[in-house]
Amino acid sequence: MAVTADGGSSARKAIWRTFWILAGLTTLEFVIAGTKGFYPDWFGITMATVRTGVLYTFIILTIAKAFFIVAEFMHLKHEVKRLVWIILIPFIFIGWLLIGLILEGGFWGGA
Amino acid sequence: MADVTVDKKALQEGERPIFNASFGKLMMWFFLVSDAFTFSALLIAYGALRVRSVTDSALQAWANPEAVFTHTPILYEIFHIEAPLVFVGLMTFILIISSVTMVLAVEAGHRKSKKEVSKWVFLTIIGGTTFLLCQAYEWYHFIHGHEHSAVAIPEGQLASLGIEGKEDLIDHHVLPALYMYNSEEELIGFRLKDGTLIKDTEQMAKIEAFGAEKDAEGHYVNRTHGGANLKANEYGPQAFGDLFFFVTGFHGTHVFSGVVLLVILYIGSVRGTYEKRGHYEMVEKIGLYWHFVDLVWVFVFTFFYLV
Repeated sequence: MAVTADGGSSARKAIWRTFWILAGLTTLEFVIAGTKGFYPDWFGITMATVRTGVLYTFIILTIAKAFFIVAEFMHLKHEVKRLVWIILIPFIFIGWLLIGLILEGGFWGGA
Repeated sequence: MADVTVDKKALQEGERPIFNASFGKLMMWFFLVSDAFTFSALLIAYGALRVRSVTDSALQAWANPEAVFTHTPILYEIFHIEAPLVFVGLMTFILIISSVTMVLAVEAGHRKSKKEVSKWVFLTIIGGTTFLLCQAYEWYHFIHGHEHSAVAIPEGQLASLGIEGKEDLIDHHVLPALYMYNSEEELIGFRLKDGTLIKDTEQMAKIEAFGAEKDAEGHYVNRTHGGANLKANEYGPQAFGDLFFFVTGFHGTHVFSGVVLLVILYIGSVRGTYEKRGHYEMVEKIGLYWHFVDLVWVFVFTFFYLV
């Protein structure tokens, strides 16, 4: 956690760069949310395709934003590798719960 | 064995004996991992209930966020414009900006600059408080609901419609009944604020005709605000309202705790507590917590408001 030789100005630059990335991704999400109603006309695809495509786009953008917050703002990218793994590996269980319950949700109340 | 000495100072706060991170920071990380599990479980429960509602057309349609979150200050109060998602977008930016001011405070802490730490922590408190006020506004409108989303059944007409024992739900001599639709957008019934669903065809037709009455200018005469509580909401299934209150409420509680911690941090920084201690590690630990709150919001924002 030592201060860089330039008195921290490169660290501050990295912070603002991360901010612009996050702001850009959030703006992109808004543009998609605001224009998705026009996609069937623009691209000649069905609304169902749009809904699926937009859902996965949002999930990818969310994970990207999460990456920048955790890696840069929470500084995890710059921690010791062993610590990084100790923090990340337990989330395998979340992946399992996600797959399990979302699939299960599709079967509840079904015949 | 006698020559084994425990370096007590190394075990104290501020030292970095394992993983090149202090005990305080490690424990904060482990707490955040467990807290992330709680939030994940809540969001996954939301996903499971939503998938269930979408795949079964006999069930109520899930809420459409663009139709739920339409109130924006000024635009709504002064211009009477409904602007979907604009306000929540603003809230997202406020939280991202407060995250930036927090990380700048951490950076200033590395340089042991008391003045700068105090400044950035103060700005983060402003950001967090603004976010909480925004959330209060949003909750108010979520609870109060939209115009015309319910039928106002007059007190005198309850008996003729076969509604009994709902006297405690009467507000200004009328009983509000929320319109409920399934995923094919067909009316499946009217829900009262205690969760009761009126789905008797004859009764429904009567209430529907009553609610459809318009005056000479084309305005509905017998409609009122619907809104939401823990038993019924105008937006969709009960689980939607409950999870909205629980997840955004739980997140808001975290933001509130964060603001309290930041106020303590600000006082400590201004009074020179960390300067005397020789390090600003407290800024890093509270910073981790604050970024986590921002991180959770990124997910809440996507799954409650965007999709």
